[in-house]
Amino acid sequence: MGGYILRRLLSAVPVLLGITVIVFLIMALIPGDPATAILGSYATPENVARINRELGLDAPLWRQYLIWLGNMLQGDFGQSFALNRPVLDEVLERFGATLILAGTAFVLCVVLGVVAGTISAANQYGWADKTITFAVLLGISIPSFFLGMMMILLFAVRLRWFPVSGMWPIYGTRDAAALLSHLAMPALALAVVATGVIARLSRSALLEVLRQDFIRTARAKGVHERSVIWRHALRAAMVSILPVLGIQAGFVLSGAVYIEIVFQWPGIGRMLVDAILRRDILLVQGGVIVVAACYVFFNIVVDVAQSLLDPRIRT
Amino acid sequence: MTASLMLFSRNRLALAGGVVLAFVLLLALAVPLMPLADPDVTNTANRFRPPLSEGALLGTDHLGRDLLSRLLWGTRLSLAVGFAAAAIAATIGAAIGVIAGFYGGRLDNVIMRGVDMLMAFPYILLALAIVAALGPGLLNALIAVAAVNVPFFARNIRGITVGLAHKEFVDAARLSGLSRPQIILTEILPNVLPVIVIAMSTTIGWMILETAGLSFLGLGSQPPQADLGSMLGEARAALISHPHTSVVPGVMILIIVMSINLLGDGIRDALDPRLKSGALSRPMAATRVRRRTHAPEPGLEGILALEGLETEFHVGPRKLRAVGGVSLAVRPGECLGIIGESGSGKSVTALSVTGLVASPPGVITGGAVRYRGDDLIGAPYERLRAVRGREIAYIFQDPLSTLHPLYRVGDQLVEAIRAHQKIGADAARGKAVELLRDVRIPNPERRISDYPHEMSGGMRQRVGIAMALANDPEVIIADEPTTALDVTVQAQILSLLDDLRRSRDLAIIFITHDFGVVAQLCDRVAVMYAGKVVEEGPTKAVLAAPRHPYTARLIACVPELGGGRRRLEAIPGLPPAVDRLPEGCAFAERCNKARGVCREGHIPLAQEGDRAVRCLFPEESPAREAAE
Repeated sequence: MGGYILRRLLSAVPVLLGITVIVFLIMALIPGDPATAILGSYATPENVARINRELGLDAPLWRQYLIWLGNMLQGDFGQSFALNRPVLDEVLERFGATLILAGTAFVLCVVLGVVAGTISAANQYGWADKTITFAVLLGISIPSFFLGMMMILLFAVRLRWFPVSGMWPIYGTRDAAALLSHLAMPALALAVVATGVIARLSRSALLEVLRQDFIRTARAKGVHERSVIWRHALRAAMVSILPVLGIQAGFVLSGAVYIEIVFQWPGIGRMLVDAILRRDILLVQGGVIVVAACYVFFNIVVDVAQSLLDPRIRT
Repeated sequence: MTASLMLFSRNRLALAGGVVLAFVLLLALAVPLMPLADPDVTNTANRFRPPLSEGALLGTDHLGRDLLSRLLWGTRLSLAVGFAAAAIAATIGAAIGVIAGFYGGRLDNVIMRGVDMLMAFPYILLALAIVAALGPGLLNALIAVAAVNVPFFARNIRGITVGLAHKEFVDAARLSGLSRPQIILTEILPNVLPVIVIAMSTTIGWMILETAGLSFLGLGSQPPQADLGSMLGEARAALISHPHTSVVPGVMILIIVMSINLLGDGIRDALDPRLKSGALSRPMAATRVRRRTHAPEPGLEGILALEGLETEFHVGPRKLRAVGGVSLAVRPGECLGIIGESGSGKSVTALSVTGLVASPPGVITGGAVRYRGDDLIGAPYERLRAVRGREIAYIFQDPLSTLHPLYRVGDQLVEAIRAHQKIGADAARGKAVELLRDVRIPNPERRISDYPHEMSGGMRQRVGIAMALANDPEVIIADEPTTALDVTVQAQILSLLDDLRRSRDLAIIFITHDFGVVAQLCDRVAVMYAGKVVEEGPTKAVLAAPRHPYTARLIACVPELGGGRRRLEAIPGLPPAVDRLPEGCAFAERCNKARGVCREGHIPLAQEGDRAVRCLFPEESPAREAAE
């Protein structure tokens, strides 16, 4: 088991390097040069060359990449010029808020999606199945940012159940209750699309499993149908559901960008959009790399969970 | 029936989606011809007019621009960008996929590694990075969305191409001297095109959502030009005071994406043959019962008696009569063999006893199954569940597929025990070890924590038998338990079953297609053909002197060690299809003794002492002579 985890972690190293290469190349595409930006458009060629030398921009691309990578490995992601603070500090702070939002939404969509899909499959063609199937279709067709806006209108403005936006109350204590009431709507709005996708997948995975011989064996033993569905069938179906959860985590993380804007959640998605509009490139770079690395790590967790679930993989 | 109805209703939904989408597309195409206000002319005196006001059907936005006009122009733009992104992503992705899949080798390796890297990003990060580099703008958003979706197409198409690259027709093209690009164009491309179309139809909704999303963030279309996403983005500031400016573009996105998804699902379903065959419908907890007549009066003696049992499969309009009125009984301590070719209905007969026939499509349409005098057909689920495993237990054919692959065998045994007995987990575990010892598994304390895939076929079948014995049932139904095993293991399993039956006074119904096995184990044997019992009697008597021509031919098929130079006679022809059973004897077509009367009307099972035969002209002399 330990060996498997280690192998899986090692295999992530080239992926992480690949991510840094892609980000570096995309950023190298950016038109315009920093020297002109610093000195203004009337700079003499000599001054531009001097600045470029000082910034290391006269070196070949691969050397620039290695220097950049080396700095990052030492925790130096540069300085955000718009915020005037180290990129890494800002990114980590914002990423924490995103993790709270996306993590909650992810747990919600996995639980709701798997349960809805299982109920749907167990009652195939019944009214519960039809209702869930339609709800799922609606859920995967509605833009999450539009859904979030409608939720604000209904639950915050009309019914006044939840605060309109933000992560914490402006005045008052920052306790768990306050966080939950601020978290409820954005987490739900963020979870909807992934819930739909997971419910669909769970339904078809379960229908596939329910026709297998070992389900008949469980029934022949006299195991109660409840247990046949929720223990035997669901466990086997999880083998094909689990890998998709890794992909869905990426969708939840992506959707968080919109939801953070709609609900003014102080997360990394909003930071990235603001940074792009302000052309704060180093901040974009740092944010993208940290989130992507975290996503790669999450997929390793999913793989390990998969091997725990299915003893046939381990050997 | 329900399956085809469901398919139809799904297709109707797909049709509705198609109609709506076609309407929206037409509307978008016709926008320049319509008498609409200029979408970009601001009129601040006229801000935030509500819908249905004069001169502005949907009202106006925060700059007093006509919302209807902006909506239609925005729809046109969103659709154009979405379709363009899909087309670009599909073209580039498919090109990469075809090249990687067709050329293979190192090129394939390098390309697919790159694709994997791109897929390691949550899609929006990549899109944001691209927009960050290129700058905000609708064209750049389009490029970003297309680029993000290229890996998806590349991966799918590569998979298909790898499969095609080694097909015979591609080899033939190669041998005929076509160059590789020529082969790609003439042989590969036409075959991957449908896949590309399907992949596009399922992702285009996403792409429209993604471009709308980038515009919503202010990274896509720039003012004054607006697509649906940026309309929503601009309206957000006035969400609470003037919600209609948000609702109008939002609902439009929803309508477009939903109609595309409906249509895409319809296309995918129409191309999935499993849906039509009902292979994706879920078997219910117990077989459906639709008895056409009342249950027959009790007539047979035995702990378990099947009387006139009829089971059908309803597949679309076809009704397959798998079991057509089977009557059999078994007494405690007795072993009854049921023998027949595959498709003769023997397994379905056995599974019907406790309602285990997959349903849909299975339906029990008549007869009775009496256990200690109680009819189990139509019994409530809880009654069936109490009988299953407790009174009547099953042993199935292939224990690799019949044991749950993800649970340890011990846990599966414990579950079987605790399904019927209220004992603690530890006591059940002790009992499970005992059971494994009873079926002669060495080292039961250790094997109990094995997974099924860690055991040999023989050991797995022992676990299957132990599971059947878990609750000391009265009847065991063994459905070809030794078919998947090799001969020495088979002999061990048979002698084990024989011992168990004698020591526990078990009634066993043993299903097989092997007369050798029947001779070793069974007291009586019933021969099934096309869903009916054609002959029944004590095993020795039937083997020595079969009365039904089919039995005789079946026995003649079995090679015998030391039997000398005897000709093995295969039976010509095939059993009839069970949805088109002939009048009269089902075997008449293959029987060399058949006469006209054999094909006229029902032939009853004629009882004669302890034997019975369903034939108008039964064999008179011992089979061996008849066969020679």
